[in-house]
Amino acid sequence: MINFSNLYYEFRRIWKAIRLFFILSGPGIVVMVADNDAGGITTYAATGARYGYHLIWFLLILIPVAYYVQEMTVRLGAVTKRGHGEAIFAGFGAFWGWFSLIDLLFVNWLTLVTEFIGMTSALRIFGVPPWLTTIGVYFLMGIMVVKGRYWTWEKIALLFCAINLIYIPGAFLVHPSVHDIIHTGFTPHLPPGGFTNELFFYIMANIGTTIAPWMLFFQQSAVVDKGTKEKEIPWGKVDTFLGSIMTVVVAIFIVVVTGTILSGVNIDDAAQASLQLMKTNKYAGTFMAIGLFDAGFLGAVCISLASSWAFGEVFGWAHSLNNKIREAPWFYASYFVSLITAGLVVLIPNAPLVLITLFVQVVAVTLLPAALVFLILLLNNKKTMGEYTNSLWQNIISTTIVIVIIILSTLYGISTLFPNMFK
Amino acid sequence: MLKEFFSHNFAKVREINLKYAKPNVEMSPWVKGSLLILRFYLIFLVGLLLYKFITLL
Repeated sequence: MINFSNLYYEFRRIWKAIRLFFILSGPGIVVMVADNDAGGITTYAATGARYGYHLIWFLLILIPVAYYVQEMTVRLGAVTKRGHGEAIFAGFGAFWGWFSLIDLLFVNWLTLVTEFIGMTSALRIFGVPPWLTTIGVYFLMGIMVVKGRYWTWEKIALLFCAINLIYIPGAFLVHPSVHDIIHTGFTPHLPPGGFTNELFFYIMANIGTTIAPWMLFFQQSAVVDKGTKEKEIPWGKVDTFLGSIMTVVVAIFIVVVTGTILSGVNIDDAAQASLQLMKTNKYAGTFMAIGLFDAGFLGAVCISLASSWAFGEVFGWAHSLNNKIREAPWFYASYFVSLITAGLVVLIPNAPLVLITLFVQVVAVTLLPAALVFLILLLNNKKTMGEYTNSLWQNIISTTIVIVIIILSTLYGISTLFPNMFK
Repeated sequence: MLKEFFSHNFAKVREINLKYAKPNVEMSPWVKGSLLILRFYLIFLVGLLLYKFITLL
């Protein structure tokens, strides 16, 4: 009897913790799953097609990389109650503040265009014309914010995060060899051919898609908008850790799909991968296309919000998803203007979409190192961070990760400018 | 109306510049060094972009 009551109370305690987690989680999972945006899906699809299962172990390394960087934004947001844009203004003055804000707006807008490219090309596979996709996306993204409640927005975003898991059943549809995945994928080794320039390029591309500038700005602002308190930081960390696992799990399943079916095929974009997959397995290709649309949509939602939050914080406008449109007109105006203009670019006949996609990678490396350096410096500001200041070990780990990300993403950006550099 | 919009926003920018004129992060040698390296890094990247642009013409 005593054991039964103990068991019951233990169950109640765990159930309460789970319920609390569902209330407090959100920004970490959303930002991490949205990290697998249209560009990310293409990178993972191309990695699987080129190297099969050989780089799966490398993707696992990206879990701590993504976690340690994003976890810092949770602490910074919860303690300072400031988004990353405002924190840079306050911490380093107007020069670095304007540089970050204007660069963020530019990079985010270009990235938003690439998300629309991904979404329109995904639905074109099903015969949906780009103009209809674009209007549909405007409509859906309008519905998500029109209620004027952060909670509603977050739960709809989490629903789209769940759709992103479509790659998992997609991988089972192509019947991969579990034995090969375990033995080839989870043992650290170099793929056949050794360490070549091409392999280095793929490693850079995978690291480059793991952390994007908008992710830092988005999660910190989302933490502030959600009203996360200092005592809830541990829940924010769990949320971020689960998100980083989800993003890598999805990446691994994409690699498994293309590594099984499209091994040796040259993949230029994820839509092309979907079409190729459809020739072998109709459903796997369909799942890939649905996942691509979902990835682009999640990316677009987060990126447009990251810009609006940052502008609202700095200009002092009302900038919360808890505000109705009439209460925060500039916040919603900037959200819809960036969204609508980016969508329209994709509809322009003969628009230089490939050039834009390449240009994003170059412009992103002008902001990412700055945003990461500011993040570490702000986390070491004892005056504002108090007991949440980075410890020595946190500094060693995060600084190492940041240096590696800066070097590899810079080389990746430069290799876009000079394509023969790694050939 | 347009004039009013711009004059309002220029005033806002001036206000923001004034508000954040003094950084609240202590400018220790580490911070100063990091910001200096960041400046050089950005100059290097802009230089590369300009080089690419000029050689493309």
